[in-house]
Amino acid sequence: MSKHNVSTVDPKKASRRKFLKGMAAGAAAAALPVKALAQGSSGFMTYGSWEEYFQKNFQEMTPEEVKATLKRLEEKYTKQYGKKVTVKATPPMENVLFGYALDLSRCIGCRRCVYACVKENNQSRRDPQIHYIHVLRFENGEMEFEKSERYYNPEKVPEEGHYYMPVQCQHCRKAPCVKACPVRATWTEDDGIVVVDYNWCIGCRYCMAACPYEGRAFNWLDPKLPPEELNPDTHYLGNRPRMRGVVEKCTFCIQRTREGRYPACVEACPVGARKFGNLLDPESEIRYILENHRVFRLKEDLLTEPKFYYFFG
Amino acid sequence: MKRRWVLVAALVCLFARPGLRAAGAEEEVFAVPPPPLSEDYYPCAENCHNDQETDPTPRVLEEEHTDIKLHHAEQFRWCLDCHDADNRDKLHLQSGEKIDFSESYRLCGQCHGAKYRDWKKGIHGKRTGYWNGKKQYLLCANCHNPHNPRFQPLKPEPPPKVPGSGTLKSHAKGKHLKEQTHDGGEEK
Repeated sequence: MSKHNVSTVDPKKASRRKFLKGMAAGAAAAALPVKALAQGSSGFMTYGSWEEYFQKNFQEMTPEEVKATLKRLEEKYTKQYGKKVTVKATPPMENVLFGYALDLSRCIGCRRCVYACVKENNQSRRDPQIHYIHVLRFENGEMEFEKSERYYNPEKVPEEGHYYMPVQCQHCRKAPCVKACPVRATWTEDDGIVVVDYNWCIGCRYCMAACPYEGRAFNWLDPKLPPEELNPDTHYLGNRPRMRGVVEKCTFCIQRTREGRYPACVEACPVGARKFGNLLDPESEIRYILENHRVFRLKEDLLTEPKFYYFFG
Repeated sequence: MKRRWVLVAALVCLFARPGLRAAGAEEEVFAVPPPPLSEDYYPCAENCHNDQETDPTPRVLEEEHTDIKLHHAEQFRWCLDCHDADNRDKLHLQSGEKIDFSESYRLCGQCHGAKYRDWKKGIHGKRTGYWNGKKQYLLCANCHNPHNPRFQPLKPEPPPKVPGSGTLKSHAKGKHLKEQTHDGGEEK
């Protein structure tokens, strides 16, 4: 997790921080543009505190810094949402590489997974509406994405003559989004999950342009997450509340899967089309699928090497 | 001499426990939720069938169980091919072995071998719980009505918002976007 071992507690730093604080207050009083920035939730005041503003990239934090960051965020979210929120940083398990498989002959396009994901991962409900899973409807025999339909809304699904293909982050082994990020705010963890440090993200959206699967979403406005709908069991690299101007994505429900549980979409699927497990464990469900069913990956020609497989069970 | 006896004893032990060996191979028991039995009928024997004589002639029932419309290879099959004639609270396999409703996957697996194999491995059907630990299985009958097994269509959750239909005003003003109707099936 943390790559550098920098000692953190420096008595001089605290006083410097205080000094900077005083400076800023003075500047805000004197200069109008800065005052405008400080108003409401816009500008750098969205950071809330100096500690947050000067927070390091998660990968470069020492264990102590991680601990302090989690504590600060827990306090912030608890205050913001009026209920106890926990922020974990559960590390990857040893000898685990997560993989996902989806049975296209089972999927009926009911979108239960989409909304279970939104609920579990604290996405903005509207303005912007953020979904990690896009369920595409194709006519039978068709595989052109341009000819797919995602706004279908019949009385009942499945519809005659169609099949459905849910698409989400494919957790590529050679993730183009990770290569594209100019500030290394997104990376692949040791268990294969592609994550984002929301506090490090600068919102340039290069990763979104690079992703061939529409696996990422951007918070154009302040996310709208009613406190009563907040899932308080959160992970730093996963479903903790996000802010305006950052990119977010599917993390295989990192807050669940690193504790052994299935992702929310797997448990929501009424037809059992979604399968998840450890690619390094020969006894796992996912390995059984790879060894006994014909699988394919989306846009293999792009050499992104997804860990998300589709099959016909 | 002594060694030979040990060998014989070991062989006896090995073959005298066919039940156990079969349990590993064929009768693997899976923890499943209770079978979806109708409280109006079950327990069937006690409620009705103990007092009735069994008519083993295949026929369409016209007085009882009229709510059950068999749509599962009905031309080849009727009630007593799966339900046991002597004990209505049991099912029976082709071998004649009587099994509980909670083991009905073995009955289904007689025809749907490939699906049964996948189900046992956790591939066919829904699983909840832990990817590296305890998993909750479901019976075939929890998702498929055995008398009409096709998975019943569901009402889908609402489609995503069309870009521009929110408060991102600059987009919403685009007339071309407003003209789009994305209400699914009608377009075709």
